[in-house]
Amino acid sequence: MATPLPIQDQAPTVPPPAPERTGADESLLPDDLLHRLIAVGEVDLLVGIPTLNHAGTVGQVVRAVQIGFVKYFPRERTALINLDGGSTDGTPEQVRAASIDDFRPLLSAQPLRTLHRITTPYPGSPGRDGALRTLLAAADLVRAKACAVVSGDLENITPEWIDALLRPVYKESFDLIAPLYQRHKFDGLLISNLIYPMVRAIYGHRIREPLGPEFGLSGRFARALLSKERDARTLSAHGIDLTITAAAATGGYRIGQSFLGPKVHASRRDEPSLPEALRKTVGALFEQVERDAAFWPGRQGSAPLPLFGFEYAMRLEPIRINKRRMLETFRTGVRELSSLFETILSQNTRQAILQRAGMDDKAFRYPDDLWVKTVYEFAAAFHRGVLHRPHLIQALTPLYLGRACSFVLENADAGSEEVGKRIEALCLEYERQKPGLIERWNIKQ
Amino acid sequence: MSEAVMKGLAETMETFTRMVAAFVPKLLVMIIIILVGWVITIFLRALARRILLLVRFDHLSEGAGFTSLLRRANLPPPSEVVSRLIFWLVWIGFILLGVSALGFPVLEAQIARFFAYLPQLFIGLLLFVIGLVVANFASRAVLLSLVNANVPSARLLSVLTRLFVILLAAAMALEQMAVATGVVVTAFSIAFGAVMLALAIAFGLGGRDLARRILEEQFTGEPVEKEDEISPL
Repeated sequence: MATPLPIQDQAPTVPPPAPERTGADESLLPDDLLHRLIAVGEVDLLVGIPTLNHAGTVGQVVRAVQIGFVKYFPRERTALINLDGGSTDGTPEQVRAASIDDFRPLLSAQPLRTLHRITTPYPGSPGRDGALRTLLAAADLVRAKACAVVSGDLENITPEWIDALLRPVYKESFDLIAPLYQRHKFDGLLISNLIYPMVRAIYGHRIREPLGPEFGLSGRFARALLSKERDARTLSAHGIDLTITAAAATGGYRIGQSFLGPKVHASRRDEPSLPEALRKTVGALFEQVERDAAFWPGRQGSAPLPLFGFEYAMRLEPIRINKRRMLETFRTGVRELSSLFETILSQNTRQAILQRAGMDDKAFRYPDDLWVKTVYEFAAAFHRGVLHRPHLIQALTPLYLGRACSFVLENADAGSEEVGKRIEALCLEYERQKPGLIERWNIKQ
Repeated sequence: MSEAVMKGLAETMETFTRMVAAFVPKLLVMIIIILVGWVITIFLRALARRILLLVRFDHLSEGAGFTSLLRRANLPPPSEVVSRLIFWLVWIGFILLGVSALGFPVLEAQIARFFAYLPQLFIGLLLFVIGLVVANFASRAVLLSLVNANVPSARLLSVLTRLFVILLAAAMALEQMAVATGVVVTAFSIAFGAVMLALAIAFGLGGRDLARRILEEQFTGEPVEKEDEISPL
C-alpha cells in the first residue's frame, strides 16, 4: 500500500511562542492565521483560493492546485490558502477533505516537501478585496516568491493552470501573469467592447482579461501592492482585480499572459444584473483611470505581451441572444434619456446616436468610432462629475446594449478569427481617439 | 393771552427739540447698525462663497441635479444662490435690529415676532430646497432603472415620482412655516391619493403580462421559458 502524499493541514493549535518579527504587515492577518503561517515557515509558491459558498466546486479546485504543485513543482516549498468569506454550505470542510491520493498513479513526480494547506476566514466583510488583502499579507509573511489566485467556483480548472500562472513568475521573473481564456465569440462583450480596449489604450498594455479573476503575482509585486494598500487603501475600492492590473502597468512591472482554456464558473448563474455589472466594472475602470491620470495621457499606442501556455481551441456551447430586446432597450434609452445625454455627450455624438436609434432592425449598426466616442465622453463626464456617478454609469447601459446588439449582428456569421480581427480594429480606434479623451478630460467645469 | 400762546409754543418747541435731540442719536445708531451690518454681511457673503467653493458645493450640487434645476430656472450657480441668501437674511436681520434701535414699541413687537418666525421660515425654505434636490435625484433614479428594465412608461413614472416628492416637500415646508396648515394637509392628502392611484394604474397596466406569466407559472407548474441573456463579463 502506497504511503499517502505529504499533505499537511495547518489546523489551529496551541499558539506557538511569540513570533519572530518579519517586517510583514501582520496587522492584516488574524492571530490564528498568523500562527498557522508561522508554523508553515517560508514557502516558494503560494496559491490563494477565495471562496464564498463554493462547496460544490472547491474540492476539485483544491485537488487541481495540489496536483499542479506535485506535478510541476515537486521540489518547491508550497502552500495553499483557502480564504473563506463565511460560507454556510461547508466549503472549508470540503477544502480539508479534498485528497489527491487517488491520483497518485497518474503523477510521475513525488513531492519532496510537505504540501501545506490552510483554510481560514478573512477579516472584514465578504468580498474579493478582503480575501486578496489577506493573501498579500500572507504572501509577504511567508516570503513567497510567486503566488497565484484561482476562484473557488471554477468548474474546469486543471493542474496545468497552476503551472501556467506560476511558472512565468517563478522561473521567468514576470511580476503579473494575467489569464487568457477561450471564449465564445459573444461571451464577455463588455470586456471585448469596452474594458479590454480602453485598458489597452489607457495603459499601453494588451491585457486581454484585465479583470482576472485568476492571475499570478511575483513576491516583490505582492509586497509593493501591500505597501500601496497600507499607504492609500487602494485595494478596498471596487474592482480590485483591475486595480492590480493597473498597478502593474503604471509601476513598470513585467506583465505576461497565460492561456488557461475556457472559463467556466459555477456561480455564473448568480452574476449581477447588467446595470450592476456595468456599475462594478465600468465604474471601477473610470475611477481607476481617474486615479492614474498622471500616468496615462503621456502614453501612446500599446505593446503586445508575452504569451505562455498551450493555446488550443475547443467547440463552445452556442449562445442564444435576444437581439430584439436589446435593440428595444437601446431605443427606449435614447428616447427617454435625451435630457441626461445632453449633460454627458457632445451634440455630434447625440445626433449620431439618435440617427442610429431610428434605423431598421436589420440595418442597425453602432459603429466603432461612434462607440469609442460615446465611451470616452462618458469617461470624461464621469471625471467632471456632471452627474451622480452611479446614475451616469446606469445611463450608459442602453447604449451598451445597442453596441452589443450591433456587434452580434455584424458578427453573426463570422468565425473566431474574424471576430478577433474586428476587436483588434476596435482597439486601434480606442487608441486613435485617445487624444480626444485627453482633450475632453482637461475641459474645466 | 399772547403770553400764554408764546409760552405754549416755546414749550412745544422745547419738547420737539428734546424729542429730536433724543431721536437723532437713535437714528444715527440705526444708520450705523445698518452700515456696519452691510459691511459684515458683505464679508460673510464672501466667506460663505469661498467656503462653498472650497468644499466643491457646485460640484456636489451638480451630481445631485440641483445645478441643472437652477440653470433651468435661469438662476446663478448654487454657491452664489446660497451666499446671496445668507447676505439677505443677515442684512435684513441688521436692518430690523437698526429699526428696533429707534425704540418704537409697535415696531419692536413686530420685529420681535419677525425674529421669532425667522427660524421657521429658514427651516421651511431649507426643507423645500432639499425636497427639490431629492425629487430630482429620485425621479432620475426611477427613470434610469425603468429604462434599463425596458419599461415603456418610464418617463411617466419618473415624472410622477418627482411630483410626489415635490408635493411632500412643499407640504412639509408650508406646514413648518405655519401657512394655512389645515388646507395644506388636506390638499396634500388629496394629491397623494391621486398620485398613488395613478401609480397603481400605471403598474397594473404595465405589469399585466408579467403578473399573468408569474401566475401561470405558479398554478400550472410549467416553467415559462426564459430568454438567454448575454453575460457581459
